[in-house]
Amino acid sequence: MSLNKIFDIAGSGMAAQSIRLNATASNIANADSASSSTDDVYRARKPVFAAIQHDAMMKNWSAMSMGEQPESQGVQVKGIIESDAPLDMRFQPDHPLADERGYVMYPNVNVVEEMADMLSASRSFQTNVDVMDAAKTMMQRLLTLGQ
Amino acid sequence: MAISFDKALGIHQQALQLRVDRAEVLANNLANADTPGYKARDLDFQAILGQQIAGQGQGQSLAMQTTNGKHLPLSSEAGMLASDALMYRTPSQPSIDGNTVDSQEELAEFMKNAMDYQASFRFLNGRFKGMLSAIKGE
Repeated sequence: MSLNKIFDIAGSGMAAQSIRLNATASNIANADSASSSTDDVYRARKPVFAAIQHDAMMKNWSAMSMGEQPESQGVQVKGIIESDAPLDMRFQPDHPLADERGYVMYPNVNVVEEMADMLSASRSFQTNVDVMDAAKTMMQRLLTLGQ
Repeated sequence: MAISFDKALGIHQQALQLRVDRAEVLANNLANADTPGYKARDLDFQAILGQQIAGQGQGQSLAMQTTNGKHLPLSSEAGMLASDALMYRTPSQPSIDGNTVDSQEELAEFMKNAMDYQASFRFLNGRFKGMLSAIKGE
């Protein structure tokens, strides 16, 4: 029964969303971590999602030859990238971390954006939990077949 | 009188299997709701079930045409779905990153599919119960 696959798919979605939530938490926590140089300053981290193409080799010969997207089996985090957005340079000559020109580097974290990302991640997580719950109900039902 | 399981269970076992397969496809859409470039997919339930019924008459689970000698046969282990049975959903609100998953729509379809699964299950269970009472002779 391929009901087991639904658990894997929803589980991969939950794992990916929790990584996204983790990155968001790290970004918000470090939103005000000052630094004196551009190399040391914290940069916003973003996870990159990609669909898992599990059995692309086994199942989808015709689809592959037509250049279609093969049937996928869940989602994975391909990697975590650091944002290229410009850093926040603030003129604070009295700050202990200020450089010789009086500037302090702050991370390029956009807190409003991160909050929106956090809500989206927790909603998506919830959706995957719902899916898993429904799959569980379906499976429990199936076990009572013939009773 | 011999009981033929295929005849006794009717269409419902294929319907139940298709509901499970469709649940998998929809769960996949929901898991990839935030994946850039992911295209939402779905099954045409009626068309596939029609194919299955047509194939059942010929003693195979799924009729598949091979128009070229190099075509690979669909093995039973690869599942009941041919890849061309999976179609792409027409997006109602396409996003700029190329993702066409609409979470609400997919979740609604998923829940509807789960209810239809229960319906198919009840029918199948009813067939089994009928057979049981026939065997017991109560």
